[in-house]
Amino acid sequence: MSQAYNHEQIAAIIATQQDRPGALLPILHDIQDALGYIPPDSVAQIASALNLSRAEVHGVITFYHHFRTTPPAKHTIQICCAEACQSMGAEHLVAHAEQKIAVRKQGDCTVQPVYCLGLCATSPAMMVDDQLHARVTTEKFDRLIKKIGGGS
Amino acid sequence: MSIKIFVPGDSAALALGADAVTRAILAEAARRNIAVNLVRNGSRGMLWLEPLVEVQTAKGRVAYGPVSADDVAGLFDAKFDQGDKHALGLGLTEEIPYLKRQERLTFARVGITDPVSLEDYLAHDGYQGLHKALTMPAAAIVQQVTESGLRGRGGAAFPTGIKWQTVLNTAAAQKYIVCNADEGDSGTFADRMLMEGDPFVLIEGMTIAALAVGATQGYIYVRSEYPYAITVLNEAIEIARKAGYLGANILQSGKGFQLEVRKGAGSYVCGEETALLESLEGKRGIVRAKPPLPAISGLFGKPTVINNVISLASMPIILDKGAAFYKDYGMGCSRGTLPFQLAGNIRHGGLIEKAFGVTLRELLYEFGGGSASGRPIKAVQVGGPLGSYLPESQWDTPLDYEAYTNLWAVLGHGGIVVHDDRADLAKLARYAMKFCAIESCGKCTPCRIGATRGVEVMDKIIANQDRPAQVELLRDLCDTMLNGSMCAMGGMTPYPVLSALNHFAKDFGVVK
Repeated sequence: MSQAYNHEQIAAIIATQQDRPGALLPILHDIQDALGYIPPDSVAQIASALNLSRAEVHGVITFYHHFRTTPPAKHTIQICCAEACQSMGAEHLVAHAEQKIAVRKQGDCTVQPVYCLGLCATSPAMMVDDQLHARVTTEKFDRLIKKIGGGS
Repeated sequence: MSIKIFVPGDSAALALGADAVTRAILAEAARRNIAVNLVRNGSRGMLWLEPLVEVQTAKGRVAYGPVSADDVAGLFDAKFDQGDKHALGLGLTEEIPYLKRQERLTFARVGITDPVSLEDYLAHDGYQGLHKALTMPAAAIVQQVTESGLRGRGGAAFPTGIKWQTVLNTAAAQKYIVCNADEGDSGTFADRMLMEGDPFVLIEGMTIAALAVGATQGYIYVRSEYPYAITVLNEAIEIARKAGYLGANILQSGKGFQLEVRKGAGSYVCGEETALLESLEGKRGIVRAKPPLPAISGLFGKPTVINNVISLASMPIILDKGAAFYKDYGMGCSRGTLPFQLAGNIRHGGLIEKAFGVTLRELLYEFGGGSASGRPIKAVQVGGPLGSYLPESQWDTPLDYEAYTNLWAVLGHGGIVVHDDRADLAKLARYAMKFCAIESCGKCTPCRIGATRGVEVMDKIIANQDRPAQVELLRDLCDTMLNGSMCAMGGMTPYPVLSALNHFAKDFGVVK
């Protein structure tokens, strides 16, 4: 993706949001939704549009776990590691997932911890891209990752 | 005549294949030439039965579950569309004991109606509370809330009426209503279920709050981990606006209230009210020093009512049925109901709205049916990641704010996470410290540094390095965090840590 293209697209996003009170988070969300991440070179542009310092924008981006500054893998697998999922074997599921993803030929997935998806009565839970899955056994995990990107 | 079939669109049902079940039902019905009116309802809260499919019959709604797409042809063969018997059949939904024994006030409509049908909402007593509020002076609305005895359902249990009174008394050109829907506690999902299952009740509750204190703008701050809730809320807000329930002139009353959803960004501490306000302002979610209270100087420095989803969603029924009706439920200074969320290693996990006073043992066994693994239950964490672990000796204490305070425990947002006898409480105590270290906003030292040191101390205890001295150090550290932190993040992390140490000393390798 070219720098110039980013600049224009980000300018358009900023323009639609910047008059809202507290516009920075909505802008960052829109940028990440559009590009998959927040390009570090866009910080100055955002800061100038909102009359903030670059440090303030950088501070916000790095404070929140949701925002990332590098392009994500093609597929993101978020496994809940909070207490309810721990009580149903999330730790074992994470170990299994990491091992499976490490040997996956396509190399197109990252596994991340997440702290609660609100599916605590149907643990362990995870989110693959934007799809939620509950009561995830290791067998169910293997079936699900086989489906994404067409087989492992 | 078409047959009405309900398949929940709730996140938990979706995570268990509800969309595939929906597609299978529609395809099978088309193949058999059966006219079906399929409604995506909220969840009834019996989550071990999801996806729970219901069919409208002359006798009432009949339930089947848990249904997978592969079961659908067989269900049609058994004439489930007539409510006939099937291996997955559960009989009349309303007669299922888990539901029948609840006191559903705030969740009265969840699972019953189509969440984004205003018509459905109105047909099930929706907007009755707002209609009453529109005829009352602001002070009288606040009076009703105060008299209902409602205390903040987010976890802090501060009397809601007093908060509202403070905002009402503070003169300002602009006031705000903020809904805290940053439900980050593990083991909790009541806010999510309500927003996905009955968004209008939250919208109505916030509108009542606006009338009560003279606010004209509202924000619902929803965590980014709840994308479906955000979609449903936005849809419902648009419908309410078009129908005149939101906007510059609500129901021609001359009073206006605008409402907007804002998305969080994966920060647990933003569930703390002042951090949430900072985040709404577009800043890092750093906790503010209090005073000033948000009620006096909140969002953008203006007087702000900031309440949890369940607190605000309880307003319509309080206004509709009156403070005395609501207050009649509960015990002591804990009035009304709390939607308990039974989670973790439990056979029948789900949402149980009950009056305060029920015991943990009743919830664990009479509702929950014991552990999911079939092994003995060892420890139960009540009130989220900052709540205490309770051993069996404490399970007969009624769930009541003050009774739990006496146990050095908290009810919090009503989350109950069950662990069986394989749980290692030293590891869970380490996790509590680690979670605090990850999520600390960094503003105050006891939390920012204390949590990191706490992980190190726990590592030494677990590795059996100089245990007695490390345990002493852990207690000392917890004392500093408890008394020196600015908010509940650092201030309550000692609850799970010390309750684990005090009640499960064996797991720490020290004998009490």
